[in-house]
Amino acid sequence: MFDHHIICEEGFRNVSDAGSVTGFEFQARLPYYRGLGLSMVEDLSVSVDGVEVPREDIRFSVRDRSWTLDELETCYDDRWNFGERATIFVKRAGGLAAGRHQLKLSERLRISYLPFVPTTTFETELDLAA
Amino acid sequence: MTYDIRRGVSLYSFQNDTFLGRMTLEDCIRTCAEMGAMGIEIVGEQTFWGWPEVGVADEKIEEWHGLMAKYGTVPVAHDFMLDYKRYKGQKMPFDEQVASVRKDIDFGARLGMKFIRSLVSLEPEVLVAAAPYAEEKGIKILLEVHAPLHFDHPWILRHAEAYDKAGTDALGFLPDMGVFLYRYPRVWKERFIRNGVPSDAADFIEQSFNDRRLAEYVVNDVIEKWGPGPQMGMVETLRHNGAFSPKRMLDFIPRIHNIHAKFYEMTEDCVEFSIPYDEVFEVLRKGGYKGYICSEYEGNRWVEDAQEVESLEQVRRQQHMFCNLLGETMPKALVA
Repeated sequence: MFDHHIICEEGFRNVSDAGSVTGFEFQARLPYYRGLGLSMVEDLSVSVDGVEVPREDIRFSVRDRSWTLDELETCYDDRWNFGERATIFVKRAGGLAAGRHQLKLSERLRISYLPFVPTTTFETELDLAA
Repeated sequence: MTYDIRRGVSLYSFQNDTFLGRMTLEDCIRTCAEMGAMGIEIVGEQTFWGWPEVGVADEKIEEWHGLMAKYGTVPVAHDFMLDYKRYKGQKMPFDEQVASVRKDIDFGARLGMKFIRSLVSLEPEVLVAAAPYAEEKGIKILLEVHAPLHFDHPWILRHAEAYDKAGTDALGFLPDMGVFLYRYPRVWKERFIRNGVPSDAADFIEQSFNDRRLAEYVVNDVIEKWGPGPQMGMVETLRHNGAFSPKRMLDFIPRIHNIHAKFYEMTEDCVEFSIPYDEVFEVLRKGGYKGYICSEYEGNRWVEDAQEVESLEQVRRQQHMFCNLLGETMPKALVA
């Protein structure tokens, strides 16, 4: 559910640190009718323009806290809330070129009551904010 | 037998609107009150950000009680989750599960709930261990009897035996009316066709369900005729759903304290396409059910890819039907 809403249309932009562009980020939501403790976010995978981003280059943040995907696995004191926009940052020197990009996000979630581990994938074209 | 069936809504029904920020909690509560559906059920962590890992500030709880007072609505149930797979590769230890249920008992009590809903996959021993604390707090823990489980399933019978043996009134059941799926939902079939199921395969699967054929035979037929593909997802729904009889609730009525009025599609003439609510109400009256029946709209996830989800209109139609089935005066908000 909410598959078409897991990548938000707003907030896709390059990120600068100390004057140089270090990567890009976008906003994402859970495909779920509730929130989830962060240790149960098993994996997030991102592809841009058809090329998959290395897992270690992804950082996840909500409400000014930030984690690598490995760190998320043992985070027991915070959540990704229902409908909450998380920021997915991808490390990439120089960021992305201006213009339109193909963005793909997969979220794999460990749901206690399901006898399998579901993955939701959504792909869309977004304009990089100026 | 005397019965007292009251109308309510689970705010789960409005999930598309709240997810996208189109409805606030107050919008939800006001909408229910206008429909005369005065019982409010929530999935705690959907309505209250932070629950359970971070916690919920007292101001938010005060806001909740303020809304109940303002609109005259009644807190009914907090649906809790208990994420026993919190640790990767290791099931949450028993004592920690019990402690987690106790936390949700406290949260339910803060919200003024009489009931908290537990998922069907929890072990009876966990709930039995939490029962004394629930009694102390005036809360009943209700196991949701949800498809593919049903009241004759050994897992549910095991729960019932454990509750009886514990001799507690703090444990009971919350049946989801999706267990009584008399007809294959049209919105499911249409979604599967959009997902790529050939229409003749979709017709065959729908007809097989309506003919009450054993799912295993249908799975086999579909593999032979159409091979692997999206039709396997559709035929799989036959293994997870069934046309069980609402009468099976009768033996359990003393332990049934809340009901999920699951629905997938209310038609324009205010009839659920698949679930026989006239029969459901007949059974509840006959059994002397006393409690709420809460709208739980779940057509949303089946139609969202193709159209705007019309949660409010769908809930309105179901509440309109409830009003008729209960012989209540129709509030203005329920008239089309």
